[in-house]
Order: sequence, then C-alpha cells, then structure tokens
Amino acid sequence: MADYRFAKEKLADVLSGLTDYKVFAPTVTGDVVRFLEVADPAQVSLDYTNSNVPPKELMFPETETLFRYRLGQNEFDATVPSPEEKRLIFGIRPCDAQAYSIVERLYRWDFNDPYFVNRREGATLVGLACADPCANCFCPSVGGGPASEKYLDAIMFDLGDTVYLKTITDRGDAVAKALSSVLEPAGDSEKKAAEKQADDALSKIQRSIDTAGIPEKLPSLYDHPFWEQFSDRCLGCGICTFLCPTCHCFDIQDECEAFDGRRARMWDTCMFAEYSVHASGHNPRPTRKERTRNRIDHKYSYFPTKFDVIACVGCGRCINYCPVNIDILDILEKSKEAQVKEEKTA
Amino acid sequence: MMDESNPYLPYVVKIEDAWFETPGDRAIKTFKVNFVDDKVWDTWSHSPGQCAMVGRLGVGESMFCISSAPSEEGYLRFSIMRMGKVTCALHELEAGDTMTVRGPVGNSFPLEEWEGKNIVTVGGGIGQAPLRPVINYIRSNRDKYSDLQVIYGARTKEDHCFKDEFGEYNQEGTACHLSIDVEEEEWSHFVGFVPNLLMEVAPSPENAVAVTCGPPIMIKFVIQNLEKLGFAPEQIYTTLEERMKCGIGKCGRCNVGHLYVCKDGPVFSYATLKDIPEAFA
Repeated sequence: MADYRFAKEKLADVLSGLTDYKVFAPTVTGDVVRFLEVADPAQVSLDYTNSNVPPKELMFPETETLFRYRLGQNEFDATVPSPEEKRLIFGIRPCDAQAYSIVERLYRWDFNDPYFVNRREGATLVGLACADPCANCFCPSVGGGPASEKYLDAIMFDLGDTVYLKTITDRGDAVAKALSSVLEPAGDSEKKAAEKQADDALSKIQRSIDTAGIPEKLPSLYDHPFWEQFSDRCLGCGICTFLCPTCHCFDIQDECEAFDGRRARMWDTCMFAEYSVHASGHNPRPTRKERTRNRIDHKYSYFPTKFDVIACVGCGRCINYCPVNIDILDILEKSKEAQVKEEKTA
Repeated sequence: MMDESNPYLPYVVKIEDAWFETPGDRAIKTFKVNFVDDKVWDTWSHSPGQCAMVGRLGVGESMFCISSAPSEEGYLRFSIMRMGKVTCALHELEAGDTMTVRGPVGNSFPLEEWEGKNIVTVGGGIGQAPLRPVINYIRSNRDKYSDLQVIYGARTKEDHCFKDEFGEYNQEGTACHLSIDVEEEEWSHFVGFVPNLLMEVAPSPENAVAVTCGPPIMIKFVIQNLEKLGFAPEQIYTTLEERMKCGIGKCGRCNVGHLYVCKDGPVFSYATLKDIPEAFA
C-alpha cells in the first residue's frame, strides 16, 4: 500500500506506460462510454459518471466463441483465454468491481467457467472513486460505496488537476512500479482531498434501501398482485439485464458457414419469453409478471440464498435506462409494504 | 466425467443402434451410443437420474436424461422425443452417425438411501426415460430392495416406451401396471390416466418410496394421490425439467426458485419442492 499522484494532463503517459498489460479504459464512442482496449490514450476519459455499458463485458463478452469445429470432423478448437495474459481495467467504478466478485461466485460454483475465470485471474483492477454519484446510485445499501476499495487493486481519485492513486494489493503495487517514471509520491493534501471527496460523494447519494429481511421474505410474495403494478408497463426490452453488471445469463448457439462452425455464447435475458420456453411450447414464465418477479427474486433472494450475497451493486443502471421508469427500489419498497400487510392479515 | 478444464467441450459418440419407441409427429427415438474415444470410459461414471447434453454439431445441444443404467456397460442410451430444433436434427441420425454428449450432469436418485425399501415408479409417456435406469438399477441389485412396482401409462398402446422390457419385469416378480388414456382393442390393462391407475394399484406407503416422472400436470395429480395414499413428502421423488443451455449452473435459465434444475436437480424430493411454487409452474 502506497500513495501516489500524477498530473491529470499526464493521463496519456500513464496509459502508455502500462506496456506489460492489455489495458482497458473508459472510452467515449458516440454517445456511449464503455470500456475498450486502449488504442489511442487521447480517447480515454475519466469525466463520466459511470460507463453506459458495464465492464462485465471484459470478463463476459456480449458474444464469444466457446470453440470452433469443422462439420464432419469431430475435433474442437477451444478458444479459452489465458490466465497468464495480464489485463488491466483502468478506471473501473467500485460497484462494477464488486459485481465481478459477485458473479465470480457463480462462475466458480463446482465447475469453473474457464472463459470468465481465466480473464478474471489475469486482471488487475485500478478503480476510479466516484465524486458525483448518479441520481439513482444506491451502492452503500448493498455493501459498496463511492470510494470502496474492497474489490480493487488500486484506486484513483480525480482531484481536478491531479489524480491521487492509492495502491491496495500487490497487483496494485506492481502497477505503480510499472509507472515509476510518471508517478510521484502523494502528499497529505492529496490524501485529505481524497478523503473529503469520498465523504462528500457518500453524502450526495440520494437513494437507499434497507435490505434486511428482503431475501427471506420475497419468496412468500410469489402470488402477490403488486408484481403486476410494475410488470404491466414493462416492454420486455431486457435493457435492465443487459446493462446490469451482475446479470450473467447467456444463451449458447451453433453457427455454421459451409463446413466451418462455432459454438458461441451470448448475453441472454430472463425478460425474454424465449429464455425459458420449453420445446413443447410450455413456458413456466409465460408473461412479464413472472419474468419481472424472477429478475427481482433472483437478485434479492435466490442468489443470496445460494451464494450469500445480494446480486445487485446499486449502480442504478436498470433504473436509469428503463424506457418506462420501472424502478428496482420502488419494487423492493413495495415488497416490504406488501409483507407488512400480509403479516397484519395473518 | 465432464472435461474439468473446460466443461463446455463435449465428447463425440457414435450411434451403435437407433430405433423408434413410439410413432407419430412426436415420435420417441432411442439412441444407443458409444464414445469414439474409448478412453472416456476410464473416467466416465453416472448414476440413475443424471443427465447429459446431447447435441449435433452445427445445430446445438439439449438436455436429456441418461436412460440406461450404469450396469448396462459399454454404451449409453438416450430416448428423445421429436419436439424442437435439436431433437428434429437428432432424429435424422442413424446407426453409424456421430453426435455429441456432454456430461454427466446433475444429481441422481438416492438409491443407496432407498435400500431395503419398497419402490414404486409412476411414469407417464416419455417420463419413463429417467425411471428406466432406476428400474434397471434395482433389477441388477435385486436383493438390496423389497418390492418393485412399475406403474406406467401413455396415451395409446403404441405410445409406451420400452415395451419389449415389460415382459421381463413380470418374469422377475416385479409388478408392472400399464395404462392407456382411452379404450383400444386388445388392451387387457387399465384404461384411464396415470393418477387413476395409481389409485387402482394403491401401493402401500409402508417402508416405501415413490418416484414419479411425466408431464407436469400428471406429476401434480400423482403427487396429490400419493399423499392420499399416505405417502409423506419425504417419500416422494420426482425429476424436473426446464430449458437449459450450459448444464452446469451458469447460464441461469433453469432455476425454479433458488434451485437450478441442472445442478441441484433434476431429482428432487417433494419435501424440497412443496415450498417452491415455481417448481410446478
């Protein structure tokens, strides 16, 4: 653990100095900020609230080949990433880093998913603390915080002209070592400014939920009519899941061009009917009511029952991007009210 | 066993024999397959109830129960109903063709726990496929179990799977009770639905375990009737099925409540399922 600083105008030098790593950083492409491999350091921006597309795509790409084959020949060419490849995620928000640790529990459950796990093992996370959380951020309610160091190897604070960098793990120290020509030791003023920024950011968070009791109570509300209040206006577009950093569901499809084939997996969403429909046509989740319920129950009840952690990091994306303003916190609050009523009548 | 370094890679199997169990649009075809790489057998082991992803390259893979018992050495059997894209493509395959198998996955029937008990299997249609390895396991370990009663129904006479094996059960002193949904000529057994046949046979819950598999609506009424007969939830077992893609608890879609059918199942006791409303959705 050590403290460093660099002038913000030297950001390009910092990125260029990380020659040992494949570096991914927040990049502006059109209207969208997403994490891309750094080609031109000038395109990297630290001036964003959070990336529109979460960096889950760096561990779990939107579409990826599992293996290739040639029809008629029964051999498989698996395209598993190497855990030896050093990848550096530069500027990841603490919530998105926490999301990796959540999804990892599932991807390591009995069978290691080598595609996700190998990428994760080779990754160093250099985070960026939030100075201005978005209107729908609620990370402190689900174990995070705007400047949480818990799941990071190093954390940066954007202090205006200066960036304060604090290393947290050995991997973080290795990054600092690689950047020894660009970094300077940080002084007390930077440390104090970072602490103040963290406190201010926390106080700017407007939304919250007391999650106590929710995982245990949600299954009892399976048939409660309140689900329809939300699902009735759902369009079933799936954006709440595609842009969720903890949503990890995928489809597997074969694709062939002449004799050359591949088996690929791609993001899928429980908000689509096709997700759960049987070959017979029977669908255990036939309407948006069942699908909305499953999305919430999975994050706030099923996942914590199985893996001891709520599968939500409070990033607010599902609220921000829902075209019909379905709000996960409203649903959770409603579920708490619904319980109270049920307990009263019981 | 599954390739530990990459559980998405399947084994290639050669079809040694293939035949139709039932006719029609939704025909059921049984495939008897063997690994192309003989060495797979050195590490392969499965238990009754376990499943595998069976597929055809270029089309995809779907989850099926392994319908052969471990005692049937040197091959695996899958009985597959023609229903969707993958099953139609698999039905095109004949002896000599290859397909892929990825598994075994999932849990299995607790057959060791059941030693010394009377076993009742209640199957409907293709639901007999996961019960067949249970029946054959008990047949090959006959002294470890008390009575075995096989209750099995299908829509018509022709829609029964594994017809050629019913005679063997009776010869061994295993009671085999059959039904069809509506009257047909030359049918001397029960006519009616499986839950009704169950009440007709009325097995005793004393020192017994009942295992049921079939269409969801049948399972629902069979369980109701088993409870009427005095079976406790802990004495009732079933297998569930959902759409699956990965088979190893990652892709998400097969959950019923907090349980993943592919990994926590497919075998569940009713004691577990009765508190999970989605289990019978």
